[in-house]
Amino acid sequence: MEALKQELKSKIIEVLNLEDINIEDVNDDDPLFGDGLGLDSIDALELIVMLDKDYGIKLVDPKEGKDIFQSIETMGAYITANRTK
Amino acid sequence: MANKTYIQSFCTIEENQIKVNGKILFEKEQSLFSDFSKSVYQHFNIDYPKFFKMDNLSKLAFLATELLLEKTENEEQENNTALVFSNKSSSLDTDTKYQSSITDKGSYYPSPAVFVYTLPNICLGEISIRHQLKSENSFFVFAQFNPLFMMNYANILLEKNKATSVLCGWVEYFDEEYKTLLYLVGAEGELEHSEESIKKLYK
Repeated sequence: MEALKQELKSKIIEVLNLEDINIEDVNDDDPLFGDGLGLDSIDALELIVMLDKDYGIKLVDPKEGKDIFQSIETMGAYITANRTK
Repeated sequence: MANKTYIQSFCTIEENQIKVNGKILFEKEQSLFSDFSKSVYQHFNIDYPKFFKMDNLSKLAFLATELLLEKTENEEQENNTALVFSNKSSSLDTDTKYQSSITDKGSYYPSPAVFVYTLPNICLGEISIRHQLKSENSFFVFAQFNPLFMMNYANILLEKNKATSVLCGWVEYFDEEYKTLLYLVGAEGELEHSEESIKKLYK
């Protein structure tokens, strides 16, 4: 799980072009949206694509994302429980 | 008879070099646009993380605008600055990137972040958000730069009081080839806003 969380931080920074943020800046419980990393709705869609592409998880209902994408911690837990690759 | 209008300032970006009002403000050795644009961002101490999410056309338009509108920030006048841009390749650079991401049926993962830039006028939205503009904006696609059209369009906006100033010009980007000329037109200034003047600036 620890390795996955580090992997997620690295991927999110790369995929979402968070140029001025380093892995060390992101805590496991930091909110990804709002005051945390400040991600927006397009970023949320990009995260849904990332779940599908890298972990074989298809989110049928985008509303699910609200709980899954709360933080690195919640993303990691969801991916661990649902990944198909 | 219509009032005279003037070019108040202008910015060109091409071949890894930026000029404002004819003066070189930044240049870099041969480099990819991604490196060049990042260097410009850092050189001018721009603090706007969303810049790095933009496509190349928007980055180009954003940087030129940043240098022209920075001194008029927070003025009421700026909120009434219209944007009238044009180019040749529309958003083709991003269109082709998006196309390549959806051609492999075995790896079909369209990127929403790329898709949102598959229109040329998105750069106008980016600039409007950055500078809090709620003004008129238009993006035209021509085979080549059309100074007469641009001049007439800007003058109409000013004459009809649709704007107090107009930021207009050419923002062209495709496959690492780019050229930008943006100029600010208003009721006051020294350089007359004429087809000839615009042609000279574009050269």
